[in-house]
Amino acid sequence: MNRPKDSGSVPRAGFDLDGAWQLHPQVSIRPERFGALLYHFGTRRLSFLKSPALLTVVSSLAAQPSARAACAEAGIGPAELPAYASALARLASSQMICGRTAS
Amino acid sequence: MTVTAAPLTKVFQSGLAAPICLTWELTYACNLSCVHCLSSSGRRDPAELSTDECKSVIDELERMQVFYVNIGGGEPTVRSDFWDLVDYAIAHHVGVKFSTNGLRITPEVARRLAHTDYIDVQISLDGATAEVNDAVRGRGSFEMATRAMQNLAAAGFAGFKISVVMTRQNVAQLDAFKAIADSFGAQLRITRLRPSGRGADVWDELHPTAAQQRELYDWLVAHGENVLTGDSFFHLAGYGQELPGLNMCGAGRVVCLIDPVGDVYACPFAIHDEFLAGNVRDPGGFAEVWRGSELFSNLRRPQSGGACSSCSAFDACQGGCMAAKFFTGLPLDGPDPECVRGFGEVALATATADAAPRPSGDHSHRRRPAASGGPVPIIIGSRPERGAATDTAVTTSAVSVRGRAPDRACDQSPLAGFALPGGP
Repeated sequence: MNRPKDSGSVPRAGFDLDGAWQLHPQVSIRPERFGALLYHFGTRRLSFLKSPALLTVVSSLAAQPSARAACAEAGIGPAELPAYASALARLASSQMICGRTAS
Repeated sequence: MTVTAAPLTKVFQSGLAAPICLTWELTYACNLSCVHCLSSSGRRDPAELSTDECKSVIDELERMQVFYVNIGGGEPTVRSDFWDLVDYAIAHHVGVKFSTNGLRITPEVARRLAHTDYIDVQISLDGATAEVNDAVRGRGSFEMATRAMQNLAAAGFAGFKISVVMTRQNVAQLDAFKAIADSFGAQLRITRLRPSGRGADVWDELHPTAAQQRELYDWLVAHGENVLTGDSFFHLAGYGQELPGLNMCGAGRVVCLIDPVGDVYACPFAIHDEFLAGNVRDPGGFAEVWRGSELFSNLRRPQSGGACSSCSAFDACQGGCMAAKFFTGLPLDGPDPECVRGFGEVALATATADAAPRPSGDHSHRRRPAASGGPVPIIIGSRPERGAATDTAVTTSAVSVRGRAPDRACDQSPLAGFALPGGP
């Protein structure tokens, strides 16, 4: 499930690992033993991160050029990457994370 | 990759770093005298937290990263510092959802609310008609709530909540409530009547019948995705299908209550010394109570299902609501009084009348609401007026107080919107 470098043709259910992402500005994040809880003040929805590693990834999105880089920085190996990509896709679809248009 | 083995509810049952659903009752003062008020509210308590003390609590909630508080009362907007506290909370990254009977929701206030992020409003309404509503909440209260809803809608406040406590008189109005919510672009929230506070006095007459419980369950199964429940009805999961939400008792685990004098209880419906964990004025403040209190630590240990463990519905209903059992005099490890298998009725029939613990505080109006000739409480087998003992109690700062309006617990299901896990 390696993503093509060309992110222009992202499948509907996919996630642009090479894009620049960030936590949505209206989202608060709170570390918990199992990972973290997220709350979106705009949609008033809760969500959660099921592992501390995913918390590391999400927290570093804004500082990394791409989600792929954030995963690499968090020590996510190639075998695990697809699972992280789908977790990030879910967070994107619920607006917990969003693309960075300008840096 | 690491996948958490335990279901999320198991993880939640062992407690969180901070509550998800924190109810904070700012005052016992109220212009109404609803017959089922969980906090037996009416008169302000002289020991209520001061503005500065409230701000200290907010500072602490910010440090604990509590996302939002569900503010209630009493009628919270009667506090003269209410808007100041709301502004303070928002400035400190603590979102505010507040419950109101609509008293202060003027067109001006509605416009202001509509233009402020991080605020959600919940209007209490217990009947889809004035007749049904006012019988519980007092004369004129339907009109007051309706005016507030009109003002919010006119100001463009989309998605405010209409909060209904389900009773024997209004189960048949579920579709009508939904229609009212839809007409205002609001969201319907329904919660369970609890036998707490003044609710203890009217529970026998007002709680839904077994047939109505089934009707309610079927309605929720059909409409549940768009209706909030504050996770109220997990005892109905015993019918078969789990309802949207957490389907567990969150008391002391993901839920708790701070009352107007700073007492911290396991949940908004369990306000009794038995469930008192501490006070925000204690050294260490709220954080210490949440993290270190003996009561909460106990609640976070695996609980015994007791008599219910052998029931095939136990996995679904978890034995039901701790508070409902407690205030009807049933053992905490036995069936819920509204057990869908009927075990609660049997248990109630054999429980002695005086087994049910009585409230330890009462702030009810001595006669009628102090409000401006407006709503007057109606009497549905309401508890008799309290005498001198009560008056003494409320002027003593050490008084143990209790309760809150039933519709303010958890503004919405703690898990509303949780995508169920798959990935890491």
